[in-house]
Amino acid sequence: MSSNGDAVFSCRDLRVFVGDKEIVKGVDLEVRAGEKHALMGPNGSGKSTLACALMGHPSYRVEGEIRLGGERIDHLPPHERARRGMFLGFQYPVAVPGVSVANFLRAAVSARRGADVPVREFRRQMQAAFAELQVPKDFMSRYLNDGFSGGEKKRLEILQMLMLEPTFALLDETDSGLDIDALKVVAEGVNKASGPATGVLMVTHYQRILNYMKPDRVHVFMDGRIVRAGGPELAHELEARGYDWIAREVGLEPAAAAVEGGRA
Amino acid sequence: MNVDTRQGLAGINQDYAERYGFHDPEDYFLKAPKGISHELVEMISRKKNEPQWMSDLRHQALDIFRAKPMPTWGDTAMLGEIDFENIHYYIKPKGEQTSDWNEVPEQIKKTFDRLGIPEAERKFLAGVTAQYESEVVYHSIRADLEKLGVLFMDMDSGLREHPEVVRRYFGTVIPTRDNKFSALNTAAWSGGSFIYVPKGVKVDVPLQAYFRINAENMGQFERTLIIADEGSSVHYIEGCTAPTYSSDSLHSAVVELIAMKGARIRYTTIQNWSTNVFNLVTKRAHAHQDAVVEWVDGNLGSKLTMKYPAIVLKGERAHGEVLSIAFAGRGQHQDAGAKMIHAAPNTTSRIVSKSISKDDGRSSYRGMVKIAKGARGCRTSVECDALLIGERARSDTYPTMDIAESDVSVEHEARVSKVGEEQLFYLQCRGLDPDKARLMIVNGFIEPFVKELPMEYAVELNRLIELEMEGSVG
Repeated sequence: MSSNGDAVFSCRDLRVFVGDKEIVKGVDLEVRAGEKHALMGPNGSGKSTLACALMGHPSYRVEGEIRLGGERIDHLPPHERARRGMFLGFQYPVAVPGVSVANFLRAAVSARRGADVPVREFRRQMQAAFAELQVPKDFMSRYLNDGFSGGEKKRLEILQMLMLEPTFALLDETDSGLDIDALKVVAEGVNKASGPATGVLMVTHYQRILNYMKPDRVHVFMDGRIVRAGGPELAHELEARGYDWIAREVGLEPAAAAVEGGRA
Repeated sequence: MNVDTRQGLAGINQDYAERYGFHDPEDYFLKAPKGISHELVEMISRKKNEPQWMSDLRHQALDIFRAKPMPTWGDTAMLGEIDFENIHYYIKPKGEQTSDWNEVPEQIKKTFDRLGIPEAERKFLAGVTAQYESEVVYHSIRADLEKLGVLFMDMDSGLREHPEVVRRYFGTVIPTRDNKFSALNTAAWSGGSFIYVPKGVKVDVPLQAYFRINAENMGQFERTLIIADEGSSVHYIEGCTAPTYSSDSLHSAVVELIAMKGARIRYTTIQNWSTNVFNLVTKRAHAHQDAVVEWVDGNLGSKLTMKYPAIVLKGERAHGEVLSIAFAGRGQHQDAGAKMIHAAPNTTSRIVSKSISKDDGRSSYRGMVKIAKGARGCRTSVECDALLIGERARSDTYPTMDIAESDVSVEHEARVSKVGEEQLFYLQCRGLDPDKARLMIVNGFIEPFVKELPMEYAVELNRLIELEMEGSVG
């Protein structure tokens, strides 16, 4: 744990609306360099909405303050957030047929750097990343997420994270839909891709990925709020006892822990 | 497409007007007055010193053109805007045709230099013709191909030097009375390419023709005939551009292909007319036993394009493919498609049509697959993919299937998709701005077409798409 690092990400009194409906109802969070946080909550609690809204998804109206390395970014479009070092690992990565993974990665790395990466240098970097995460080389010439299995898509997300060297990575249910072997691979990938300068916020329903990716901090998210925070032991407690007991403790009906209209 | 070629996508902020839309001062040997008449047809025929049969054919064709109604399919409202009286049907530039680039008149040379024509020839072509208005001004073919008996010349020279071949095949694939525009072309034709590839000769690199309209209200009516004799193969590429004017020009070509037994013809078009050109072209091929014909057809630009490359599969096991893309931007209508006629058993075909509509652009796929009685064991597949950019863009699909045989396999698939918000968001989350993200989605969409092109054309096409995509509104 290196909580002495500077804050790479913070949000204050963050509220997210879909139309008039408030999905996220005032969230404060801070992630420092080198830290891994887990945001855990039941299905439908608004976790994914929060992740997408932090990245600037156009479907949401956001109030409050979001900072990346101290700079206010809540007014910036998603690509500007990405260029400044914010990364969103998608729960459901989107297919773009006809665009090869290699071309896409080169465009993304160039955008992140603010200058075109020379072809040779890029090739070297890409090959190194593929080797490090043991991703099959034939991914390079395949079309982006097109016909990929769930596990392949998630591995490609982590590979992107490794190549883009974010300062703050939001991983939205990166563990969902993976069998135990794939889960290990992905978790190891996240560990490799997050150095001492990177902060990670892992959004998840289950505790199991946290066995391979030890969080410094665990936040429990219900009904659009963080209702409890603690160390890694909190994740184990959730695993053993479920979410209902916390709901009761904070005065929510278990069913009300999920906000209607939130993303799954 | 690999990473390296994508570098060719550089160069934003140029537009058609400056790259292709320029025009030369008019300095012609002969510019016929507007309108078409028997006198004009006679004049063209006499100037070209044609045999009597061709002259007669032109006069008959003019009568057919006048008698025939406009096609009733397609965008009849837009077709009605054509003012046949306001078009110059024949313009002969100064200078004689030459195979020496230095002898091409200075102004025309500059134009083609600017369009990159002789440069492309040096790099990767086996032969080139360059047509300016009604006449071919420059022509060359690699000496070794000439020695093998490959004929590649403009259609006028073909008629002069090989009258017996031309007379035997001219109009046999597309008869004069096929439609109003094939009749008009037959009456007023000038230029185009004549190609004959002898038995067993394989032309390993492409032959190219470039068509340039310069004058305002010009009508270009080139006529192309390609004959690939038994077991031979050839790839022909054509490119087209025109200046941007406020009033309309007409391009109405007729292209006939004949692939004899076991022969192979690929015909690639990258047309990029300015948006004041009506582009109404009839293209058809005969594929004999075991022959393969492929139309690779890229339609950008023009005001209205109506083009449905056709293949008649006449001999057993012949194979036909039409692979096309159309890009319809503001105020444009691309009415494109394909026709596949299975007239013999065990013939196979594939149609892949991709269209992109942007702003209020409209693209239509209009296709026909026919399997004749007795043509058993045929297989055909049709795949139409439309991509819409923006709320006002429009796409329609008009497929016709006429299947008279039961022992056949027919597949048809049509998809319309929008450049989706989720795709855009995903790419934006990786640092791509919305314009780049949209361009990437569009380039991915046409990738199956682009990969069929020679590399130089692939780069050029991607660049053109990039120009078309500039300033698009999501």
